[in-house]
Amino acid sequence: MEMEKKKVLEELKQKFPEKIKEISVQFGDESIIVESGSLLDVVQFLKNEPCSYSMLLDLTCVDYKGQEPRFEMVYHLYSLSNKQRLRIKARLAEKDLWIDSLTSLWKNANWLEREIYDMFGVHFKGHPDLRRIFMYEGFEGYPLRKDYPLRKRQPRIPLRK
Amino acid sequence: MKGSFITTKFNYILGWARKFSLFHYPYVTACCGMEYMSVVSPHFDFDRFGAGWTRFSPRQSDMLVVVGTITQKSAPVLRTVYDQMTEPKWVIAFGTCAVSGGIYDNYAVVQGIDRIIPVDVYLPGCPPRPETVLNALIRLQEKIQKQEQEWRWKRRKY
Amino acid sequence: MPTRIQKEARKESLLLNMGPSHPAMHGTIRIMLELDGERILNSEVEVGYLHRGFEKTCENRTYFNLLPYTDRLNYVSPLINNLGYVMTVEKMLGIEAPERAQYIRVIMSELSRVSDHLTCLAAIAMECGALTVLLYNMKAREFIWDVIESTTGARMTTSYIRIGGVRADLHPDYNAAIKKAIVETRKVLKDVHGLLDKNKIFLNRTRDIAVVSPETAISYGWTGPCLRSTGVYYDVRKAFPYAVYDRLDFEVPLGERGDNFDRYIVRMKEMEQSLRIIEQAMEKIPEPSSSQLMAKGIEPAEAIKASRAKKVEKKIRLSPNLEGSEKDKYKNILAKDKKYIVPPKEDTYTSIEGIINHFKFFMREHGIRPPKGEVYFSVEGGNGELGYYIVSDGTDKPYRLHLRAPCFHIVSALEEMIQGRYIADIIPTFGSTNMIGGELDR
Repeated sequence: MEMEKKKVLEELKQKFPEKIKEISVQFGDESIIVESGSLLDVVQFLKNEPCSYSMLLDLTCVDYKGQEPRFEMVYHLYSLSNKQRLRIKARLAEKDLWIDSLTSLWKNANWLEREIYDMFGVHFKGHPDLRRIFMYEGFEGYPLRKDYPLRKRQPRIPLRK
Repeated sequence: MKGSFITTKFNYILGWARKFSLFHYPYVTACCGMEYMSVVSPHFDFDRFGAGWTRFSPRQSDMLVVVGTITQKSAPVLRTVYDQMTEPKWVIAFGTCAVSGGIYDNYAVVQGIDRIIPVDVYLPGCPPRPETVLNALIRLQEKIQKQEQEWRWKRRKY
Repeated sequence: MPTRIQKEARKESLLLNMGPSHPAMHGTIRIMLELDGERILNSEVEVGYLHRGFEKTCENRTYFNLLPYTDRLNYVSPLINNLGYVMTVEKMLGIEAPERAQYIRVIMSELSRVSDHLTCLAAIAMECGALTVLLYNMKAREFIWDVIESTTGARMTTSYIRIGGVRADLHPDYNAAIKKAIVETRKVLKDVHGLLDKNKIFLNRTRDIAVVSPETAISYGWTGPCLRSTGVYYDVRKAFPYAVYDRLDFEVPLGERGDNFDRYIVRMKEMEQSLRIIEQAMEKIPEPSSSQLMAKGIEPAEAIKASRAKKVEKKIRLSPNLEGSEKDKYKNILAKDKKYIVPPKEDTYTSIEGIINHFKFFMREHGIRPPKGEVYFSVEGGNGELGYYIVSDGTDKPYRLHLRAPCFHIVSALEEMIQGRYIADIIPTFGSTNMIGGELDR
């Protein structure tokens, strides 16, 4: 299984030499860093045969406040036939906060991307219905960013006492 | 004005009738719901106190049991449910998250439901043991027994 | 507030709101339906009524402090969430729990999984009208919770599994208690099989309703019993074995058609396999080094006074809350690394090194500080693959903690599952997805 994974990463590097920035291993997990503009091509290649990463496990975002570019999108893919996981990361700057949506490839990307939009404010190009999912309409701000204070409450109905 | 013999006896019978035939509406949201389910099941029976069957409609119930965390998003829903209940009505706050927000002190959680509706009995615990719940029910029953008829409705202005 | 369905609805259809306060004991979720008579034309699911800010709270707590928050995620199987978080941190630190602790972890996980499936099936059956099944399942669940309570101290939200091992050793009478729980659960399972398997009413309500094909399930990212009911073989315990699962022998049941009835049958069979795992683990668990109850000794206050004079090695009588975590049991239950575990109370009360270890563990900026980096680890939860993604920046608080909630992906398929069916089909469909509000909304 380790051999196949190495083959996959080699093929990937050959096919997209300029788009992939770095491949690293830490604590036993492999992760690839790509440019945000070329995410869709790389993921499309990984989903087809022979790599066949058929399942999108997870999609999340990390806010590195103080660094430029500030946000980092993290995708976890899983291949059922080869039993391997892979992590793909892409950096986004704060002024240019959009990335391609993966709803054309996997259906659960719909709700996952709505959650990232709700919590961080990242826009997804090509998403059919981008709205808030956890917080209510009328909520201002993006709660999981580092500059949103933990205890700032915005009540929906007037509270007593 | 001191109560006369007839009105005290009447209040006593009214309290006795109300406290042993409570119909409750469980507004269940979170983990305390599991303890609620095990309170109504045969091991620790809710039914032997008269508060047996849940009425699944606020208009037909007279006790609202708020179980679990109430977030800012569901606060108007709780207020609507409470307003739809008919008098006389009582509220039990079940679990620490309903009493005071619990361990969640952040942007999304209401710090206690007494910021939205008036509460009669507070029941702390995360989640409370079933014996604690039955103790709270007995205290509510004592409170109902002591209430007199006119005074209660005059007090309820908010 | 105009939601999507209100904007898109046709003029002659009826809009119905199944609001956040469900009579079904599922928690808070809102389904808005566009109906033509009783048939559903379109639907929209709104979640987020139990969003408690778990991820943001975890950025402000140390690694040890945030254990109670992880209990309250999937609250019907709390020990499995604990285990997932703890194994992720252990992967980052590179430590491993001793063998007896790993067997105890497996036993506790499987007990939680059985209680999760019992609750899910109780809810489905109750809403279809079979109230007896609810009462029987609750009765079996009480025996399981008794076993958990005698070891961990709490029935539900336990915070029992700690970094480096578990908090306390098993209770001395655990053998008899677990045997009784298994016997009662098997009786209840046999009764429920007899009540529901060939019951015409239950079959009419669940057979061939909400059929999901394997390709759809994979595209939605389903895992766990719902994915296995469509026929795809994926179980984290077999694909990436953790704790001692590779030494135990169990099967993974698969379904055929992917409808509601298959999801029910897969859960029933999984419960039987979990009971098998518990029996095997109880035979294979290594013997403890000492299995006495509390030592008879002097009170801690006197021991502190005596140790000021000279170093004293008398036995201390600890409070009954700490039963099971005495010093001589430590090598069974916790790893050897001093930096990552709470030191035993006998040391803390009687020697200087003990008290320094104690407060270096709990002080700010000290304690557990993993190296910089990120890690992802997953365990098999009651609903599927429960994964934790932690980013650490070298301090004692996690920089970012993200949870891969299994039922988030399953519920995102709900709109497609109920399209074109009757209102009455929503109830068993929604019940068989086993939505747990704490995990869905975090």
